[in-house]
Amino acid sequence: MSENTELENLELKVNGVSYPLALEIDRNLSGVLRTEVGLTGTKEGCDDCECGACMVLLDGQPINSCSYLAVQAQGRDITTVEGLIDGDELHPLQRNILAAGGVQCGFCTPGMLMSAQALLERNDSPTEDEIRIGLSGNLCRCTGYAKIVTAVQATAVELRS
Amino acid sequence: MSFAIASSVEEALEALDSGARPIAGGTDLVVGARQGKGGLPESIVAIDRIAELAEIGVADGGLRIGAGVTHARLMTEPAVVDRYTALADAAALVGSPATRNVGTLGGNVMNSSPAMDTGAPLMTFGAVAELRSTSGTRTVALDELWTGPGKNSSQENELCVALVLPDLGERAGSAYVRLEYRRAMEIAVVGAAATVQLDADGNFESARVALTAVAPKIIEVSGIADVVAGKANDDALGALVYAQAAEQATPISDLRAGEEYRRHCVGVMARRAVEAAARRASGETIAVPVNRALGVGANA
Ligand SMILES: Cc1cc2nc3c(=O)[nH]c(=O)nc-3n(C[C@H](O)[C@H](O)[C@H](O)COP(=O)(O)OP(=O)(O)OC[C@H]3O[C@@H](n4cnc5c(N)ncnc54)[C@H](O)[C@@H]3O)c2cc1C
Ligand code: FES
Ligand code: FES
Repeated sequence: MSENTELENLELKVNGVSYPLALEIDRNLSGVLRTEVGLTGTKEGCDDCECGACMVLLDGQPINSCSYLAVQAQGRDITTVEGLIDGDELHPLQRNILAAGGVQCGFCTPGMLMSAQALLERNDSPTEDEIRIGLSGNLCRCTGYAKIVTAVQATAVELRS
Repeated sequence: MSFAIASSVEEALEALDSGARPIAGGTDLVVGARQGKGGLPESIVAIDRIAELAEIGVADGGLRIGAGVTHARLMTEPAVVDRYTALADAAALVGSPATRNVGTLGGNVMNSSPAMDTGAPLMTFGAVAELRSTSGTRTVALDELWTGPGKNSSQENELCVALVLPDLGERAGSAYVRLEYRRAMEIAVVGAAATVQLDADGNFESARVALTAVAPKIIEVSGIADVVAGKANDDALGALVYAQAAEQATPISDLRAGEEYRRHCVGVMARRAVEAAARRASGETIAVPVNRALGVGANA
């Protein structure tokens, strides 16, 4: 068992890269990703587990990183929106959400993409209802959701072919 | 502050003996602490990597579900969906995919909120909580475990290791419905679970009903078995179930609903839960969660 006090020395593995960090135990994962790790794609909206802007993947499944202790993520694979891109090549979800007009102010987009990515990993041909449930932890105040759903549907079709 | 990750139940129990509080998914603990309800405990032990707590296995013909099993797993696990369907109904309603991915059954039970969704189903199954400490293991009935809002009778050094569900017998079925204003990220306005057994003719042999968010803790409706015995699953029976549940509820009024409205709606939820449970007991498949399949609350 690893015993930790005040400043905890640990490594977080983010998008396949290990980051050695010294953290207070009460730090939330979103703050650490944005400040210490320096990846600002993950957003903080409500900071209270309500809006989904902070959604990242932990071992491939979504979590609200604003309300997750960074120390509890050690030893797990963390994926942020920065991990979706392949070199200069946008991930199909990113390309399709832009093409469908599913990005307006863009604040919800990183979180939406992570929830959508996890959904498509679980289910390669989701129905519209399943997509809406898969994205139900992500609020968007701009798009009305329809174009985001369209983008996920288009991506599912593209990835299957 | 201190933080440790336990890799076995024994390690976790030692940490509890030294004053640590357990964290599983943290969806109650961390969210509550960050909202300023008392902050994080001084010493925390993470129990989310203990393999033993994630086990689901048959026990005495029933099912033993590890406290660390997540809602995401409960809503898809065949043994739960097929035989303890109300629990799958409840798990599928919790929060969002992210909440269900890390939030656990043990965390839901031990957080002991009167609005918890897995509580009413577990109570109608007659489930017991298995609590373990370095001095031994004991089982506690749920009406003795929960003592009030956010309160339970476990000792500080006890870990909930499993929920043990008895065999429900032949021709049994269950369902959990809740009134909600949104389809996700919601807390029950009120809810009801029913577990029923039918006789060979398809009439009720027996039933149990428990209610969510209408009392300081999850409550079981008394006298339901007598009300249903020998009757068919029809409107007349539904009216009796409604009356019995509404009468025993002692809801509060708050921003989300008034007392009278909660009392009426919990009666409706109880009736719908009994109807759906009986349909399942007769062999009909109603998809999980019933709320979505039958159009209850925000799904109407
Ligand atoms: C956005 C959101 C939506 C939610 N929606 C719902 C909902 O619809 N319905 C619902 O019922 N709940 C809901 N919840 C509450 C919460 O997700 C559930 O109660 C969940 O099951 C808690 O599990 P956890 O593993 O995250 O618990 P934690 O937060 O890790 O722990 C909760 C409490 O239980 C204790 N504990 C945890 N495991 C054990 C154990 N094995 N033995 C002893 N003590 C233990 C902890 O010390 C803590 O006091 C929601 C929460 C959020 C943030
Ligand atoms: S910032 Fe985490 S849910 Fe809103
Ligand atoms: S695009 Fe503005 S919140 Fe979704």
